[in-house]
Amino acid sequence: MIGQVQKFGKSDSFYDTYERKGEGEQSTHYCPGCGHGTIQKLIAQAIDDLKIQDRTIFLSPVGCSVFAYYYYDTGNIQCSHGRAPAVATGVKRTVKDAIVISYQGDGDLAGIGMTEIVHAANRGEPITVFFINNAIYGMTGGQMAPTTPLGRKTLTTPFGRDRDRDGMPMGMAELMQAIAAPVFIERCSVATPKELLKTRKAVHKALQNQIDNKGFSFVEILSPCPTNWGMSPVDARTWMDQQMTLLYPLGNFRDSVTKQDDRPGDQEEPLWLDDEALVDLLKGASDVPVMRMEPLSETQRVKIAGFGGQGVLSAGELVATCGMSEGLAVSWLPSYGPEMRGGSANVSVTLSMEDVGSPLVDHPNVLLVMNGPSLDHFEDQVVENALVFVNSSIVTRKVRRTDVRTIYIPATDLAQEAGLVSAANVVMVTAYLLLSKAIPLDTLKRCIPLVLRKKAFLEKNLSLVERTMVYLQENGMV
Amino acid sequence: MNHVRVRDDECKGCAVCVSVCPKGCLAMSGKLNTMGYEYVHFFHEEACTACGLCFLSCPEPSALTVLAEQEVE
Repeated sequence: MIGQVQKFGKSDSFYDTYERKGEGEQSTHYCPGCGHGTIQKLIAQAIDDLKIQDRTIFLSPVGCSVFAYYYYDTGNIQCSHGRAPAVATGVKRTVKDAIVISYQGDGDLAGIGMTEIVHAANRGEPITVFFINNAIYGMTGGQMAPTTPLGRKTLTTPFGRDRDRDGMPMGMAELMQAIAAPVFIERCSVATPKELLKTRKAVHKALQNQIDNKGFSFVEILSPCPTNWGMSPVDARTWMDQQMTLLYPLGNFRDSVTKQDDRPGDQEEPLWLDDEALVDLLKGASDVPVMRMEPLSETQRVKIAGFGGQGVLSAGELVATCGMSEGLAVSWLPSYGPEMRGGSANVSVTLSMEDVGSPLVDHPNVLLVMNGPSLDHFEDQVVENALVFVNSSIVTRKVRRTDVRTIYIPATDLAQEAGLVSAANVVMVTAYLLLSKAIPLDTLKRCIPLVLRKKAFLEKNLSLVERTMVYLQENGMV
Repeated sequence: MNHVRVRDDECKGCAVCVSVCPKGCLAMSGKLNTMGYEYVHFFHEEACTACGLCFLSCPEPSALTVLAEQEVE
């Protein structure tokens, strides 16, 4: 019997309906005649043919194709602008069996993400990159891209791209060719049916390479942007075929069986740890038994703040070092402006009996403030019953919070008396450790030499620890 | 006979399929769909070879479906 059978139709790798604008949406968000739709169909077809839908993780870029995750019924990650190759590296190294597709436009890959693509290629990450080159920033409204041809008028080059002012158009396939590691580099186009069929083949091959774990595959696909080029979809394809291919010659640039390793230079064999071994190594480090005899009564989430030069970061380092030498899990996270002295600085330190998940301290239970602005900034962030230590030599106002325990110490005055004004931070840390009983003072004394950079001041620092203890006792604080 | 099924409401009227069809089987329909685009229509069944170029060049995932005539059970 003669009947009709579907020969070309929607790929299984696409969702049945797209949820972007509500239920039942069947069409994409692309403009009429957009190259993205055509190319994404070719990729979907290849995913179907190679039977890798369940293994595929599709990375959407920033740009017009950002919504690819609405269409592909695969794993999806939407990456920051230009960072897809870095994300792909992480995903591929974590899930080795995954087929990772980095789909990027020219603003994304050749502009904003130039660093990521070059280094991912140079490492020869076994991923597949589809580079959609329409020679313009599409989504943002038609600004010049690194790939825009000379003389071409765009929103940001209203008189045409100028060689001296804007540089030459960037040939990414040529640039990839200069790197040894990629195994497959091809430039193709969707301008004509003939080129379309070649593109289909290249897409297939680039994915097959990943299945075979050969290495880094890069397919540049010239694609029309009728909207921003100001042409009809058909004229845009004609222009691509006749003009754009002069600037960006089509063809295969490289198709090698294995990674190329022919660069001269040092060939010494490095010590190679695979990723699992690295993870084991890191885990092993965190499995060091806690040497501390008494458990910490509470995880210490410490914020130390002041202006640069007051030893804020060093104070944090001192607390963290004490924690380490007690066998605790610690984190130390500094935060400061570009100026070395005089700007405001703060540091977050965590001391814990358990692994520290995040080094951020948003709501400290210990606050050490060295100056007034720091108290203004952090007073409201501390938790109830927090310990708040105030350098009363400099901070003139009182703490407004009544639900915290406040300790005023004239740290700068004490340090000045001892002849070392820069050691006010040691006074603050000593007071904190003594009152919180988080770390024994013996440990502090043992750790000061480890942190102190100017060894000549060691004695004065150690004497300040004693002086602080006496001060607190005299004032009935301990 | 071979056939190209057009889903009127998914067609955006870019006319790329019209330009690539080697046999001239597709044309603009002169009618607008719900999105306001003039969609294409397939009108020349005798000439269609089910080559699939219209489908491959169409940017929409399912606006076109190519059906080929063949022996079926």
